[in-house]
Amino acid sequence: MTALSLTNVCKSFGQVEVLKDINLTVEEGEFVVFVGPSGCGKSTLLRVISGLEEATSGDIEISGNSVNDVPPAKRGIAMVFQSYALYPHLTVRDNMSLALKQERKPKDEIAARVAEASRMLSLSDYLDRRPSELSGGQRQRVAIGRAVVREPDLFLFDEPLSNLDAALRMNTRLEIARLHRQLGASMIYVTHDQIEAMTLADKIVVLRDGRVEQVGSPMEIYNHPANRFVAEFIGSPSMNFVPAERLGGQNGQFVGIRPEYAQVTPNGRLKGKVIHVEKLGGDTNILIDLGDDLTFTSRVFGQYDTHVDQEIALDFDDTKCLSFDAEGQRI
Amino acid sequence: MSKARNNPLNSFAAHAALITYTLIALFPVFVILVNSFKTRKAIFRDPLALPEADTFTLIGYQTVLKQGDFFLYFQNSMIVTVVSLTLVLLFGAMAAFALAEYKFKGNLLMGLYLALGIMIPIRIGTVAILEMMVSSGLVNTLWALILVYTAQGLPLAVFILSEFMRQVSDDLKNAGRIDGLSEYTIFFRLVLPLVRPAMATVAVFNMIPIWNDLWFPLILAPAEETKTLTLGSQVFIGQFVTDWNAVLSALSMAILPVMILYVIFSRQLIRGITSGAVK
Repeated sequence: MTALSLTNVCKSFGQVEVLKDINLTVEEGEFVVFVGPSGCGKSTLLRVISGLEEATSGDIEISGNSVNDVPPAKRGIAMVFQSYALYPHLTVRDNMSLALKQERKPKDEIAARVAEASRMLSLSDYLDRRPSELSGGQRQRVAIGRAVVREPDLFLFDEPLSNLDAALRMNTRLEIARLHRQLGASMIYVTHDQIEAMTLADKIVVLRDGRVEQVGSPMEIYNHPANRFVAEFIGSPSMNFVPAERLGGQNGQFVGIRPEYAQVTPNGRLKGKVIHVEKLGGDTNILIDLGDDLTFTSRVFGQYDTHVDQEIALDFDDTKCLSFDAEGQRI
Repeated sequence: MSKARNNPLNSFAAHAALITYTLIALFPVFVILVNSFKTRKAIFRDPLALPEADTFTLIGYQTVLKQGDFFLYFQNSMIVTVVSLTLVLLFGAMAAFALAEYKFKGNLLMGLYLALGIMIPIRIGTVAILEMMVSSGLVNTLWALILVYTAQGLPLAVFILSEFMRQVSDDLKNAGRIDGLSEYTIFFRLVLPLVRPAMATVAVFNMIPIWNDLWFPLILAPAEETKTLTLGSQVFIGQFVTDWNAVLSALSMAILPVMILYVIFSRQLIRGITSGAVK
């Protein structure tokens, strides 16, 4: 069964079109990540799905029911916000049980669900505290717990990790992945962080300027990007684009080379001067000036000893290169 | 910056300035309190002296409590102030929430219209207000005062509160909507507690002018049973003879309730509980 299906969804604020003709389905149990640069409409799309914003046109179905005119609370969704959005005057327990109380569920059921969710998220010791007495990571877990107790058909996450520091972000990411496996629930997750997108998603939706650029599994998107935008956006450091005529190709076309596929070799086809070196321990990123304002990034495994202004030559595997036409479409 | 702030000399100067200001502000209150306990002669002989054994007297308080229905005046003042404040805060906050939260046609115009009252003193309309009160039969009722004070307080309340309501996190309100809270519950349970400091500010701004007002009680409700404290105290001030003991005692007692209300509201200014809602 499909957990969510969007048909020709458009949204505009006044004259500004934010979402343009979005078509998308999310299968049950699928983890879908919306990713894109800021202002691409990914958060707006999530708010349209949640019902906090009304779509200008198009149909939204959750679990097979059209929800265009259904208020957020009755859509069978739960949402986790970037800013946690916990109720400051309520304890952790009351924060988690508020929605169930609104639905007039029996007391013992509420208690059982809160206990189960807090056990899953190791919050059992904090149930009587207020949000102000918790750390950032604990607050975000409470926010996730508040969503879990509702047992929704669809979880919506709006950049839930952006306010956490790096170490906590990794832990919470693992926690969300584990939660997804345990609950088997359908989840939609919005982020601009491609590591979160790659590690969590069953299916990535890349958005740009309110349009879906590509939908696919993380590896599909990495290996077979539909166009130059997707190729450049996914992958870190980003893909290099070299004018094809420099490599004996057609004028106007570009050859896309991922940094890890270009390795230093004495008689390589690309020659230039090192302008910056980033030694990360595990890898070394070398930025090379190829002339004509063209900067090329190479990612060398291990620790590679080089310094700025050194002349260097690179070569790459032709089978791993992608070709793009002048408009940025794949050839 | 922090160095300058921690400088003991600067800190001393700041405290000296604040203490001086406090003394100046409290001096009239001090004089009223001290003289309310002195005999009439002692008041005029040496107004700044503290009451001593031979100059100490409670005659002023006795006069006030015997003559005139002081407790009724007191009660009237209290009812008018508390009810007006409640209405100002309730309606002001509701209007402010609507202006801040909902997008509708004429939102901006409505906001400006509601703020217009800040620029136009309500006393200009006294004659029209009196005519309205006469034709609606509200003259000499406490409702006349309550309605006027509510109208007088609303513009500033809406103006200040809508600014604060805009700062309340949208995510919090949206979380409430997803959890199935009604707009009223969101307003009363989520937003109001977060703007409590602003509400306290508005309450303090409105409370003292209402409590001290002589103009509207004199014009709209001068009857014996609706006199407020300020108006009631005037009976001791005559054209030829003024009973200063009584006037000062009445004023001393009038200060107390405002002070209690002020303490209650200023406690609300402590934000503690609201932190930690969002990042």
